[in-house]
Parts: sequence; C-alpha cells; structure tokens
Amino acid sequence: MTRAKPEDDEYWTRSKLKAFTFDDEDDKFSQLKESKRAVNSIFDEDDDDDEDDVERVNWSGEPVGSISWSVKETASSGHSGSEQGFPKIDTTPSLSKRGSGYSLSSLFKAKSKSGGFQSFSESFSDTSIRTYAPELRKPKSDAKDFVSDLNPEETVRRMRKGRGYSLEKFRSLQDKLLLLDEAVALYDGNVITAVLIYLKKSLNKEILWRELMPRDVALRHYLHYLKEMGEQKLLLELLRALGRTEDMALMQYKEHLNIKDEGKRKDFLKSCISLPFSQDDATHVQDHYTLLERQIIIEASDKNADGEIFKRFPRKASILNMPIITTLYYSCFYHYGEPEGTYSSPANIRKTFRISEKQYILTALGARAKLKLWFDVDSLFNTKNWLGYTKKKSPIGFHRVVDILQKNNAPISVLQEYVNLIDDTELKLSTALKYKCHDIVINTYRDMKDRQQLAAYGGKLERDSPEYRKMQAILNNGQIKWKN
Amino acid sequence: MAQTERRRDAPELPDFSLLKRVARDQLIFLLEQLPGSKDLFIDADLMSPLDRIANVTILKQHEVDKLYKVELKQVVSTSDQLCFLIRPRIQTVKWISDLVNSDKAAGRFRRYKIIFTPQKFYACDNILEEQGVYGDITTDEWNFYILPLDDDILSLELPEFFRDNFLEGDQRWVTTGGSALYLLQNMYGSFSKVYGIGRCAKMVYESWREQMEDGEKRIKQPEFAKVFLIDRDVDFVTPLCSQVVYEGLVDDIFRIKCSSVEFGPDVTSSDKSIKVMLNSQDKVFNEIRNEHFSNVFGFLSQKAKNLQTAYDKRRGMDIQQMKTFVADELKGLKQEHRLLSLHIGASESMMKKKTKQDFQELLKTEHSLLEGFEIRACIAYIQEHISRQVSMIDSLRLLCLLSLTENGLLSKDYRSLKSQFLQSYGIHHLLTFANLRQLGLLVEQQSGETLTVMESKVGKLVNDKTVGKLTDAFSSLAKKSNFRALSRKLALVPKSGEEYDLRVPRDMAYIFSGAYIPLSCKLIEQVLERDGWTGLEEVTRMLNGQEFAGSAGGHSSDAQRIILVMFLGGCTYSEISALRFLGKERGCRFIVVTTAITNSARLLEALLENRA
Repeated sequence: MTRAKPEDDEYWTRSKLKAFTFDDEDDKFSQLKESKRAVNSIFDEDDDDDEDDVERVNWSGEPVGSISWSVKETASSGHSGSEQGFPKIDTTPSLSKRGSGYSLSSLFKAKSKSGGFQSFSESFSDTSIRTYAPELRKPKSDAKDFVSDLNPEETVRRMRKGRGYSLEKFRSLQDKLLLLDEAVALYDGNVITAVLIYLKKSLNKEILWRELMPRDVALRHYLHYLKEMGEQKLLLELLRALGRTEDMALMQYKEHLNIKDEGKRKDFLKSCISLPFSQDDATHVQDHYTLLERQIIIEASDKNADGEIFKRFPRKASILNMPIITTLYYSCFYHYGEPEGTYSSPANIRKTFRISEKQYILTALGARAKLKLWFDVDSLFNTKNWLGYTKKKSPIGFHRVVDILQKNNAPISVLQEYVNLIDDTELKLSTALKYKCHDIVINTYRDMKDRQQLAAYGGKLERDSPEYRKMQAILNNGQIKWKN
Repeated sequence: MAQTERRRDAPELPDFSLLKRVARDQLIFLLEQLPGSKDLFIDADLMSPLDRIANVTILKQHEVDKLYKVELKQVVSTSDQLCFLIRPRIQTVKWISDLVNSDKAAGRFRRYKIIFTPQKFYACDNILEEQGVYGDITTDEWNFYILPLDDDILSLELPEFFRDNFLEGDQRWVTTGGSALYLLQNMYGSFSKVYGIGRCAKMVYESWREQMEDGEKRIKQPEFAKVFLIDRDVDFVTPLCSQVVYEGLVDDIFRIKCSSVEFGPDVTSSDKSIKVMLNSQDKVFNEIRNEHFSNVFGFLSQKAKNLQTAYDKRRGMDIQQMKTFVADELKGLKQEHRLLSLHIGASESMMKKKTKQDFQELLKTEHSLLEGFEIRACIAYIQEHISRQVSMIDSLRLLCLLSLTENGLLSKDYRSLKSQFLQSYGIHHLLTFANLRQLGLLVEQQSGETLTVMESKVGKLVNDKTVGKLTDAFSSLAKKSNFRALSRKLALVPKSGEEYDLRVPRDMAYIFSGAYIPLSCKLIEQVLERDGWTGLEEVTRMLNGQEFAGSAGGHSSDAQRIILVMFLGGCTYSEISALRFLGKERGCRFIVVTTAITNSARLLEALLENRA
C-alpha cells in the first residue's frame, strides 16, 4: 500500500491538472464561472444582481421541462456530445490499481477527497473558490493519510471523515472489539457497519455473534446489514443463536412475500406452521396456509365457471391471496347457499376461520345487497320465536344495516322497513331524514306530537304526493294532542 | 386572519435559496467530472428534490443526453457513459454492479460513475468490491444535505431516516444530521443555545459538535438564537392524528411531494391534472395554509368577492385608466383568480372525500382517545372500522392511537383486534404488528412484574459495562407512552365542554380543533420559556429521559429570535402550523429542519413489510 503511494499521487496530481485547470478567458467554462460566482456570493455581504437568473426554479407549477417530466418521457431529443468543450479525465489507470480490499478503498478515499471533490462541510470552511478549483487545494493532512499504525479511536475518526484508513492491522480479537466499541462510541452507523463488515470477513461467525450479543447497538447494525444484503440464511441462524426464536420465525415467514407461484407459496406456508411463533401467531399462520389452500381449490373451479351468477357478474380478479373477509364476501356473492360441506360455501369459511356472527352478517349483507337480493337480506335477520312469529334481529345496529343497504341502492321500501327497526327514536328520525324516508319521518313527528316540525317538513315534500296528503291529514286530525 | 399577520417585530428569515444554488453548483461540478455525453439514471425519490434545484436544460448543458429513472430493471441506454445519481442503498448498488458485469460479459466498454447523495456508505463500496467492479466505476458524493421547501421549512428529504433509525436501530444517518446542522451554521452563522430530547437527537448533537471542533472556526454573527432537536419517537401521538389544518389536510389527502401537489380532475374541474407548488409564493395558499379547515371556506368566498370587486373596477374606466389597469393590476388579479379557483376546487374535493368516509365520527373517536373518554365506545368504533375493511391505514392509525393513549391494550382487546385486523386486511400483517410492537406503537399491556424479571435475567447474562446499554434497549422495547400522565402534566387536552373559537385560536390546540396541543410543540414551548429543562424533570422522566441542553459556542445575542427546530424522523405540516402560531405569539420565528415531511400514512407505511 505504501509503495503504491508515490506513483499514485503523481497520477492524481497529473489528472488534477489536466482535469481542472480552467482558463478564465475560455468561454466554454462560463458555466463553471457561474458556479464560482454563486459560491463567492454566499460569502459576499452584498449579492450582485445575478441572483435572479441563477434562481430559475419553476414556481408556476408547469412540470414541462422539469426533471420528473423529462424522465417520464424517457428523454427524446438532445444532441449527443460535442465533447471538445470539456476537459478529459483519464480514468484508465485506476483499473490497473487493484489490491486488497481495504487498502484499496483507503487509497480511493484519500484520492477522491483530496483530488476530487471535497465534502460539503469542509468546503465551507474555506472562504473561497478553492473548492471549485481543486488544483489550488492542498489535501488537509496528506502526510497522515497513509499512516497505517493508527489507534482504534483515530481510525474510526478518519473513517467518519472519509479519510484513508486501514483495518488490516486489527488482528487480535481484542483489537477488533476495541475498534468496534470505538465505532459505536462515535454514533456513526456507516462506520459501525464498515467495521462489522471487516469483522464478518475476518472472524469466525460464532465468535463474532458471541461478541455481538452484549453489544446491542452493533448487533442491530449487523442484523440490518444482513437484511439489506439479503443474507437470509445467516440471519435466521444468528437469530436462532441469539435465542430470538420468535423473530426468527417471523423473519422466515416473511419470505413467503417473495414467492410468486401460489402452489409453492402454499407449500412454503405449510413449512412455516411448525416454526416457533407465539401461540396466537401460530394460529394465524395456520390460517394463512388453510386460506391459501382453499383459495387455490376455489380458484381452480371458478376460473372457468359458467354458472348464471358468473355470467351476470363476471369475476374481476382472482381470489388468490385475498384476505379472509374478502374471501368470505366472494363466497357469499358467488357461492351463497352451498352446503357447509363444500370449501367454497360461506358456512364453511365462516366456521373454518372462526368468523364472528357480527362480521359474518356484515359481509353477507354487503354481498347480498350488492346483488339486490332483498329476500336474502331479509332472511339474514329473520328469527322465529317459539310461537312461530318472525322477528328481525341484528348483531349490528340497524342504522348500520340501513347505511349498507343505501350504499347498494336499495329501493325506498326496503330502506323504510329497516329504518323502522331502529330502536332509538332520534337515530331513527335522523336516519329517515338522511335517506328521505318520508313516511317514517311523518309518523315519527306524529308520535312525538311535534306539529311544528311536521308542518315544516311539508316543505320538503312534493305537493299532491301521497306523503303530502298523509301529512295534511295528520295535521288536520283534531284528535292528536300536539305539544306545540 | 390574525394567523397570517406577522408581528411587526418578528425577525426576518435568512435567505435559504443559497442552499439550492450551492447544491446545484456542486452537482454541475460533479457532472463535469464525467465529460462528454452521458445518460443519467436518477433514483425515483431524488427526482422531485432535484426538480427544485435544477431542470433539464441545466442537465443538458452539462451533456446529459437521456434521463432515466432507476427501476432496477434492464437498461436500454446506448450511451457509452452512464452516470447514476442515487441514494446510498445496497440494492441500487447491486443493480449497478450487475449492469457493469453484464456489459463486461458482452464485451461492451462503457464508463460508469455513481454520484451518491448525500453521502456514500462503506457498505456500498463493499458491494462494488465484492462484485468485482470496484475501479470500473468512479464514485463521488453530492453533499446535498438540505432542500429548502419554503421560507421556514428545510428538509433533508430522507424519509427512510425514520425506519432506519427507529425500527432497525441503524445510525447511518446520524452524521448526516450533524452535517446538515454544520452546513447551516457555516452558511448562516452559529447558534447560541442548543436543547434537545431523544437518543438520536443527542447523537446528532454530538456529531455536529465534533464536526464543529474539527472544522475551522469561523466567527460569524449568529443568525439563529437557539436550536431544538427532537426525536420523532418522543411524540408519536401527534403525527398519528388526522390533520385538519389546511396544509396538513391537503397533505393527508393529496400527498404533498417536495411542496408540490398534483390536483386531479376533481379539483381542476377539467379533464387534466395539474401540479402546483404550495409555498409562501402562492399568496392565496399562504393565507390559508395554517387555518383550521372550517375557516377556509369563509375566507375563500370573501376573497372571491374582493376579487370580483377588483375586476368590476373596470366599469366606467376611460381608456387611460383601463390601460393602467391592464398593465398594473390585471395580471395579478388573473393570477389570484387562478389560485383562488384552484384552492376552492381543492377544498370542495376534500369536503366530499371526508364526508364520504364519515370524517366527523372518525374525529370524534380520535378526540375521545386523546381525552381518555368512553374508551369502550372507541374500541367498538375501531372494530367496526376494521370489519368494514375500509382504509387499512386508518384502522392501524386508530389502533396505535388507542395503544399510545392507553399505555397499551388489554390482552383480550389486543388479541381480538389483531385477529380481526388480519382477517380483514391480510394475515401477512403479522409482520406489521411485530414492527409496531418493536417501536412501542401498538403493544399489549404488560404487568410491571414481567418486565423486571426480564431485565434482571438479562442483567445476569452480561457484564456490568454493557448492562446500561442493554437496559436502554429494553426500555425502548417496553416503552410506555405515559400519554395520560404527560397530558395532565402539560395540560395538552383542554377540559371538554369549553367552547373553542377556531377563528381566534388561543393556543396551539387549534390545529386539532381545540382538542389537543401537540406534545412535540408543547415541549419546545416549555423549554424555550424556561431556557432549559429545569422544572420539567417529571416530564422528561416519563419520556424516557435523554434530554440535554448546552451552549453551542456562538455568541448569544438577544436580538436574534430565530429558533431552529430539528425533527429527527419527520414532522407534520400541522406541527409546523403550530410552531408558526407559537412564533407569532412570542414574536419569534421558527425554522423547521426535518428529515422529511411526514403524516400518519407515511409513518405507518414505512412500517409495513411489502418486500422481503
């Protein structure tokens, strides 16, 4: 590494000169000059008036000419390079400079920092244009850039600043851990991960894991790094070693999201059932498997189904991978009334996935109302008492039932029936008002003996309509004792 | 509109457009490092920020031929120079490496350059090395730390900060946060005082301090009096509430992206969508952005009347007057007309959408939760919300609010709500629940005992030195929100039944219809008032400590009443409105620096597992 230094430096010096010497007279560099001016002006108390034409941001909101717009059009016009205007950087030498990983990266770091572009923060410590004319810049600490016998603290500090460093000398376990602890003490996740990458390469995994166990911050960085790298196997192994079996189970279960083929997905979910989930989650994963299994069966038979219902309402999408409730809705829509023995029947789905009565009624109501089969809707709520009279009962409030019916464009007669079932008078009245169930409104006002409201409501009715006449008849009825 | 009038003695804000110019110049410089014609690939989420500082003409001037969005798919470019402008993400770097390798295999020679922004990570270099393309690709950093979104909003445009830092525990952006502050300090002058709360805030402060010590000292008059750093996880309640202030509502419904929003045909009442910049340059918007939505209609119709009067002036004008009118006023009036009809359209469309989803009832439930009132009814409402399969994010949001305000759910509620949720929205949300639990957003109540046992067990396993770190980790796992106690202590929820005139807001609670003062903003107010954390010991204890205060080395000058508030993990438009209100009350100005603008949907979506 140290041997490579002189020629390297030379290369960069050369390339620097080639690349960035700009002649003030040369018009071709007017763009850079503009940059210079802008940067200079930051530190000038009195800005000159070029600000307006520098600030060309488009406030008008017309996206034409904007970058996102242009990308959408995937760029059409545009002249291909008249290259002569720009200085060339000879990049070939960098290809030949190959060496071991970390030393190379340190060389590279050092180069790009001193010769290429400086970090923003640093550049502002310099009061001048030097940033944009790198040939004027002296690397801050050239001499030190390749020193390899740095202590852990100095090493991580240099890493944070993007200066040259070398980790190869940290060979004993103790040194490695010191390095890691220093990185953690610096709070810089980028450096922590860099050190972890080095440790991962240079330590047996069991040793590394043992040391990570009491180091929570480093451990979390390591886990995240493995996740990002897609090293699923190693990740699972590590979680198991850490005794975090539930996390491991979830992590493995997550894989199913990547499996496109439903058959393979189903098999994978089956293999997940035995993973060490918490008790509740185990049930859910079992459900997930069962659900997909059923969906595959239903899909296979419905895909080419030509029954009446499928003709009238062709399926818009496959049922695969839909939630349980959506599956139930589907089944209430296409397979209503099938015996409980068939997988596709609502009864079977309801039972298999332990769906509450409330949820079931809500879903079935939605599906049957969508089909405008009001008879089915009625029978959802009908119960017979011991004398054989039918009565309507619902685990969800009847005002909700009305909402759902109304959203499915139920006729007024159906709506009225359910509005009438609302127990609470005020709620009944407001629902009736909302959905213009005139008859109920009129009756309720009558029952409330509220003459004024009733008379006022007349304004909303069409003259000579049956409702209007009914209202008139009630208002003229001398037997009612109005409260106002 | 008392809101929009600034107090006369409120200080002027520094000119942040300089940040854009500097970023653009740096980008130009970097593009020129790869001379000649080249195709440029841009990360999708960098396109909007880039649009704010440069445009296609500028890129073309620097020999960018074609522009592509990074899609991690096969590349069709025929150029022999490819430049990639990306966030430092492993996936993207892998994709580029594959591209280079397939070019090599096909015997194709191209030059490649990756420009990482705002910085490069070692893990990215490592990929290049492992894939055998290190040296075939030149890399650079574009230190584009801060995008000014408005006069008083600076954004790091790093939405992933939230998940990386709080969920994954990855501190990769800590130094970025420090560098952003360091940049502001160098360009605009130093600060006199620093306060903060939160683990990440503390680290960012440390990082900034160290960069300051390493850097050259510049003596400059301070332009900001104080800085306040706050972690998003100090206050999760506020960003999870429905926004009802105009700007926040627009963000919730239409999603503002880099202060630009796309209004669809329902707003424009034509068949086209248009993109609009929403910032202080839009005179109409500027007057309504901080207003409670209920005031906006009245304001807009008044404005429309005024406009009509101004147009009507034309009647009875002679030629000369007409000429001046057309020259001086007409353009302005037309512009105003355009903006006005746009915002009226937006308001109408939002009204419609909100009525359709029974917004009133939703708000009522949120307010009950904040107040701790009729919790069973709230749970019933949430249950029904879930069983109707309406908006998954809203269901999740309500569940989190319930958990945060109640210090966790009772076991039986947790189980049944979770089961229902999985039935309605998909069983794979098991993973979502695991993430929410990890963050402390949605948890099952645990008896104090279980916790102590767990801690002491772990304590025995490891040596003393690390016990502290571990208990830190555990306390974050078992984090209690203590919302009720905090709310009482800081009087966040006004007594119910009191009338609250939203036209004349009396405190920051107006941003939530008078129902709740945002905890984050209340903390800022209290600390600034007390010039530190003294007297707030009980509050900080309930927030898991991690508060700090210090002098930032700048000279204190009381004339400077500009306060910088940095949100680590994102802040909402409602919080910005609240701070603007506070500033107006106190005769100071707040500048918000945030890692990204967030809202409930963005925050929760960041915790879903769509990809494995």
